[in-house]
Amino acid sequence: MFGLKSDWSLDIKTRYFALGDYAGGEARWCPGCGDHGVLTVVQRICRDKQIPPEKTVAVSGIGCSSRLPHYMGTYGFHGLHGRALPLACGIKSRRPELDIWVATGDGDCYSIGAGHWIHAVRYNMNMTVLVFDNSVYGLTKKQTSPTTPIGYKTNTHPEGAVLEAHNPLTTTLGIANVSFLAQTVDWNPNHLYATIKAAHDHKGFSLVNIIQRCPVFLPNFFQGYQDDPSRVLLLTHENGIPMEDKFARLFPTQKEHDPANMVDAYAIASKRNPLPIGLLYHNPAVPCYEDISSVGKDMGMEEKLAGIEKAFDQFAI
Amino acid sequence: MGNPIPRKQINEHIVEIVSDSGEGAQKAGQTFGNISAKMGNGVWTVEIIPAEIKPPARSPAGASGIRIRVGSQYMTNMGDAADIVVALNEQVLYSRIAAHAYKKGTVILLEGKWLTDQNPKIVEQYKTALQEFRDNGLIVHEIQMEEECLKYTPKPRLGKNMFVLGMICNIYDRDVKKAYNEIENTFTHKGIKVIELNQQLFQAGYDFAENNLEFHYNIPPWQTEDSKEKLIVTSGNQALGLGIMASGMDMVAMYPITPATSASHYLADVYHTVGGFVHQAEDEIAAAGFAIGSSFAGKTACTITSGPGLALKTELLALAVMAEIPLVVCLVQRGGPSTGLPTKVEQGDLLAALYGEPGDAPKIVIAAATIEECLHFVIMARKLAEAFRGPVILLTDANLATGVQPYPRPESKAEWLASPIDQSEWTKGMPAYNWDEKTGLSTRPIVGQVDGQYVLTGLAHTNKSKVAYDRESNQRGCEMRSRKLATLCSTLKPPKINGEAEGDLLVVGWGSTLGAIEEAISKLQAEGHKVSSIHLRFLSPLEPGLKAIFAKFTNVLTIEINYSDKADAPFITPDNRRYSQLATILRSQTLVDIDCWSNVHGQPMQPGLIYEELLSRINQGAA
Repeated sequence: MFGLKSDWSLDIKTRYFALGDYAGGEARWCPGCGDHGVLTVVQRICRDKQIPPEKTVAVSGIGCSSRLPHYMGTYGFHGLHGRALPLACGIKSRRPELDIWVATGDGDCYSIGAGHWIHAVRYNMNMTVLVFDNSVYGLTKKQTSPTTPIGYKTNTHPEGAVLEAHNPLTTTLGIANVSFLAQTVDWNPNHLYATIKAAHDHKGFSLVNIIQRCPVFLPNFFQGYQDDPSRVLLLTHENGIPMEDKFARLFPTQKEHDPANMVDAYAIASKRNPLPIGLLYHNPAVPCYEDISSVGKDMGMEEKLAGIEKAFDQFAI
Repeated sequence: MGNPIPRKQINEHIVEIVSDSGEGAQKAGQTFGNISAKMGNGVWTVEIIPAEIKPPARSPAGASGIRIRVGSQYMTNMGDAADIVVALNEQVLYSRIAAHAYKKGTVILLEGKWLTDQNPKIVEQYKTALQEFRDNGLIVHEIQMEEECLKYTPKPRLGKNMFVLGMICNIYDRDVKKAYNEIENTFTHKGIKVIELNQQLFQAGYDFAENNLEFHYNIPPWQTEDSKEKLIVTSGNQALGLGIMASGMDMVAMYPITPATSASHYLADVYHTVGGFVHQAEDEIAAAGFAIGSSFAGKTACTITSGPGLALKTELLALAVMAEIPLVVCLVQRGGPSTGLPTKVEQGDLLAALYGEPGDAPKIVIAAATIEECLHFVIMARKLAEAFRGPVILLTDANLATGVQPYPRPESKAEWLASPIDQSEWTKGMPAYNWDEKTGLSTRPIVGQVDGQYVLTGLAHTNKSKVAYDRESNQRGCEMRSRKLATLCSTLKPPKINGEAEGDLLVVGWGSTLGAIEEAISKLQAEGHKVSSIHLRFLSPLEPGLKAIFAKFTNVLTIEINYSDKADAPFITPDNRRYSQLATILRSQTLVDIDCWSNVHGQPMQPGLIYEELLSRINQGAA
């Protein structure tokens, strides 16, 4: 096939990857944690798209979310708190053929890693970035996160969080080169799968904010949304997240939203009630930084040596 | 022109050109240096850089310019006081005087136009300064440079540097044809008219000096045209860039920081010709993260920074140690702590490079001592990073970064280049850290290798990279990482001793002070003193055999550009004295009572100052 490397197509013919090929160590998240569902979806997508596990890297920072690479059968990079994105971008920069998944959280991405988040959106490197947004620091035991609602009691704010929660959606939409922004919820596996798959299909930096339950520190926090689906706003559009009718019907509140429309996207993202899920914004035309950063990666030794000689000569006297 | 002027033959001279920034002093000086190097002289040039981009005109803090040391021997440092100075205004000289750059008898060729300036305040300043300079023993010649240049151009400020170049080329009998060629090369992209105008201005300065100045010198070459090796002339930062290219590293991830950035400026211009890429990251942390990510994927990368940047990269450096990821960090040191002295030299980051990270983070630290070593040590750093599977910090400093010197042109070698990444099948079941018990070394799986899948982590881990909190695993990991340094050390040779292997005093240095130390030591040795020196390139692991070398000397002294308490300062006792950084390490490693002499003046070590200090120690019997 044109555009596909021969070894790639041969791989697909001769090797078949089952779900187990994408499974690593046994997941050690708390029972009932939303992370389990996300892990399963990522493994299913890898299987469904038959991505060679050795060409896949799961990158993360620090936090509950960031244990995900350990549970994958692919290559993994469990990095530092807040630094998943620079690490992932670096991996991609000279190996653009690799399939990159990033697992991060509301603290990891929107707080300690906020600077990198802004700039990674701008680099628009082709990777699927899953933000496990459970509105709390879980691994360190219930501290206020940037998305903890004002007034909510945590161990660092026993009288209740003092600041208005951060809105990662509107922030992301305000960043130059934003190319894919979606939101989904961990308790709807169909929407979760469809959203993450759409994110993975997009060539560019796909950010998916996953509203997610923490049964230990925020029990029943999202129960209202689960009990009353009308409080969730399902975004629909032919260019949006594809949902079969039988599943879409479960959402009484729906809005047709063209993901190319930035102004509407911003208006939708600004509101938390009802909670929007679906594709907020999509622009497939944004250039990817790896197309710039990887230039010359395959240069042969002869050409390199000639270039070095020329560089020496520039300083010759 | 009249008869040839009698010329006094000298062994070396130090020339400075000082001006407001933007007057082309550095260009004139570099050209003078290039012409001299081409004529077979030893040359060292160093720029005088103000901390601000556009400092106020005619202000001492705005002094911008260049120092060129030219001699009949190989030059290794900037020397002591200047012999001849060309100054385009009198105010900028104050900062040079404050920096002890001049001596009694230094000749100043001073732009004389300020005496007739329309602003009476300027005239007053000029007269006052002139008197002060003369009272202090400087020999000032007032020269109407602007007036002379106006004969050729209505904008003399732009061309005056070529007039200055002409003057000093005449004073030192430089080859005029070579000068014309240099000017042509400099302005080649600006067209023939500009070239000719600059050559005219050069000639005007040359003729002016011929007809009006009474001092003319001849500095014989140390290499004849025939015996001369092929040379290149670069700054230390350009040498870093060349080394990065010659090492075959794929990428440099950086964030702008003085004085490191000019290495990346150079690379940004040419790196693509060898397939490389300069990534300007959003911050220092991201620069390190980007490089580590790339290296994890098999493409060994480099990050270039200075002290404050190193501080920010600390956590990622520790990750590279913990997870054994090859990474080259070029650390161009400046004055610290904090923002410190951004444009000035210090060797203050040695301990931070060695011990900056919480926990035990053994890593390789090497230091270049010459501009040439800046080039070759990056190549070595990449190889070490890969062979020993971890970060390598290469220390240079502002003195090397901005110094410019001719040195032998290397021939690029295929073996210097990084090999293409291994994508063959990984031996199934072989751990990601298949540590050799004796050496701590292991081969790493590269993404793309079938059956090599592992999860790299900064958490304590087993040899299979599985997170492990048990006591044995952590102990073992630490041992394996530390063992690599001992393994490397076992391959190193003891340092070469400059001078006799025993005596009264051994001076120990590292980094850019090499030339100044050896020059001072040579002078003392010639006078019959029993002094020797060694200069360390490997700081971690330390070069072997030091204790045995130290044992042969009555006294051992480090000379460094970083802070130490003076032994006689208030409250200082031998028990609480804070020693300079290398001295601290050597004392703890060898249990030898090593002394130190150091300062944080922000200036390169000067051979004359070292000589005086050592001589006074010898005379007091302390050495």
